[in-house]
Amino acid sequence: MSGDPDSPGARQRPSITDPEARAAQRAYWRRNVRYVGVLLIVWFAVSYGFGIVLAEPLDDITIPGTGFPLGFWFAQQGSIYVFVVLIFVYVALMNRLDREFDLDERDEA
Amino acid sequence: MNVQAWTFTLIAASFALYIGIAVWSRARSTRDFYVAGTGVSPLANGMATAADWMSAASFISMAGLISFMGYDGSVYLMGWTGGYVLLALLLAPYLRKYGAYTVPDFVGDRYYSQTARIVAVICAIFVSFTYVAGQMRGVGIVFGRFLEVDVNIGVYIGMGIVFFYAVLGGMKGITYTQVAQYCVLIFAYMVPAIFLSLMITGNPIPQLGLGGVDQATGVPLLERLDGLHEELGFAAYTGGTKSTLDVFFITAALMVGTAGLPHVIIRFYTVPRVRDARVSVGWALVFIALLYTTAPAVAVFARTNLLASVSDTPYAEVPEWFTKWEGTGLLEFDDANGDGRIQFVGPGSPQTNELTVDQDIMVLANPEIAGLPDWVVGLVAAGGLAAALSTAAGLLLVVSSAVSHDLLKRALKPDISERGELVAARIAAGAAVVVAGYFGAHPPGFVAQVVAFAFGLAASSFFPVIILGIFSKRTTREGAILGMISGITFTAAYIVWFKLMHPELNTAENWWFGISPEGIGTVGMLLNFAVTMTVSRVTPEPPRTVQVLVELIRIPRGAGAAHEINP
Repeated sequence: MSGDPDSPGARQRPSITDPEARAAQRAYWRRNVRYVGVLLIVWFAVSYGFGIVLAEPLDDITIPGTGFPLGFWFAQQGSIYVFVVLIFVYVALMNRLDREFDLDERDEA
Repeated sequence: MNVQAWTFTLIAASFALYIGIAVWSRARSTRDFYVAGTGVSPLANGMATAADWMSAASFISMAGLISFMGYDGSVYLMGWTGGYVLLALLLAPYLRKYGAYTVPDFVGDRYYSQTARIVAVICAIFVSFTYVAGQMRGVGIVFGRFLEVDVNIGVYIGMGIVFFYAVLGGMKGITYTQVAQYCVLIFAYMVPAIFLSLMITGNPIPQLGLGGVDQATGVPLLERLDGLHEELGFAAYTGGTKSTLDVFFITAALMVGTAGLPHVIIRFYTVPRVRDARVSVGWALVFIALLYTTAPAVAVFARTNLLASVSDTPYAEVPEWFTKWEGTGLLEFDDANGDGRIQFVGPGSPQTNELTVDQDIMVLANPEIAGLPDWVVGLVAAGGLAAALSTAAGLLLVVSSAVSHDLLKRALKPDISERGELVAARIAAGAAVVVAGYFGAHPPGFVAQVVAFAFGLAASSFFPVIILGIFSKRTTREGAILGMISGITFTAAYIVWFKLMHPELNTAENWWFGISPEGIGTVGMLLNFAVTMTVSRVTPEPPRTVQVLVELIRIPRGAGAAHEINP
């Protein structure tokens, strides 16, 4: 029902026929997908990598000054801290990218 | 004041607060009712999301569960937090840009199909109801344990409160009560945890205390616990017993399920802008991480305490809290060898285990184990209720908006007036509360078992079609419909087969590739991805208007403009 005039998406459809604007939007999207890809690799590495698959060998290392076996720490503490950092890094990267491509939201709201 | 009086006072005070907020934040339009007028600040939305997300299970049962599972409990810790990274990077900003009211709204429009919309509505209602019955039960159980009223009366009281603020305030009322509920629940969780950490390790920060030194023996705490485990014949606490593959799949099912749960997704519709949606997911995870990094510490403190204080202790000399909780049936001692001492041992020990411990006691009895004042006990009760009520309300809103908006407004009666739809939304919310309360009071045998599987079902239905709907313009309605149906059917069938039809076969040898029913949602999700992508290749490409819509969703500018046009 894409033609439904009541669809919220249908009501906010500015023209995007300008080829230059479209090329810029595609470049913006490629950069976004690249950021997402890199951050998800880190996301995968700290949880599934260090926290699960490599947890056993990493447990032979103890984090200096604490009693944490490294693999166990990643599984129950470290991965969660990294998740938080990843989201805020993405927020910062995207806010910059939005401005760079002049696609950020003006304060219409 | 005694424990009962404190508990009663604190619960009554917190309920009065929630009702006050509900009256102050009544919904005046459908936009208020469904998405809180999209005027919620990212920080407040983060807190509301955290309360929405953390249920009675997170608050009461998780630390205990981890304390019995040791390393294997990591599946919950990583699984229930890692999904927020997926939400922030892959879903929330785009769904906010789209500016819909519900998840089926997006699915129906993106896949230009009423069939896709209806399939999504059914999935949303199915997932949410499986989840909500458990929450209402949780409310009843907290009442039952702390105020010694009948569990069903507890369910009815909880229903009354949720009915009041969900029906009156819709998303707006729910959002601001959830902010208050988060504050109550995190305070109630942290106070005993900090005291326990100080008592056992001398460090006031539980996250650091977990890696600290045990004051009693001078040995690192985790080393001491592993030592106790070995001595008593339990598997090493930091080692774990599940297969690596199964841990992998369960974690993935919980993560993706988190990112696919409709009541979590719709929270990010309520902020003003796309960039608010992104940062709001970050705040949500900060508030969730506070509890989720404390839980494994509480698990270790409680476990060490339990092993050290009761193991091989003469039954006549047990601490006072032991006797008290024995009365509730959460602790059971059976002197098998008649020596008058408590043998609390694992499967690796030559002796017979004589102590049965319910996982919930690890959080519920903490204040007493740590010798904290009576008011802390009342606080924990109020915190448990806040966790259960906030999640129940969020889920009920999904059900009511699926009925009044997706079914009524978008499918059956498109010409319904704004006022008519608001009335319908309130009636649907009221009806959903009653149905949920009924299931809470009369839980069908399977509910308790199935709650945990809501994640697998969400992972295998919504997540792939939403992601592909944003990231691949070529995805067609035929692909999405078949993908959702095959993913959720496969997952539900595997779970029903092993949990309901053949529970006796539910062991690692009979599972496909050793993947447990808890982890099968990951396979269902992969199946959904494969079906959606394959079918999309061989069906006609989506109409031009839909492809333009996808391009618009991908850029932030214009979300604010939608405000002025939307009612």
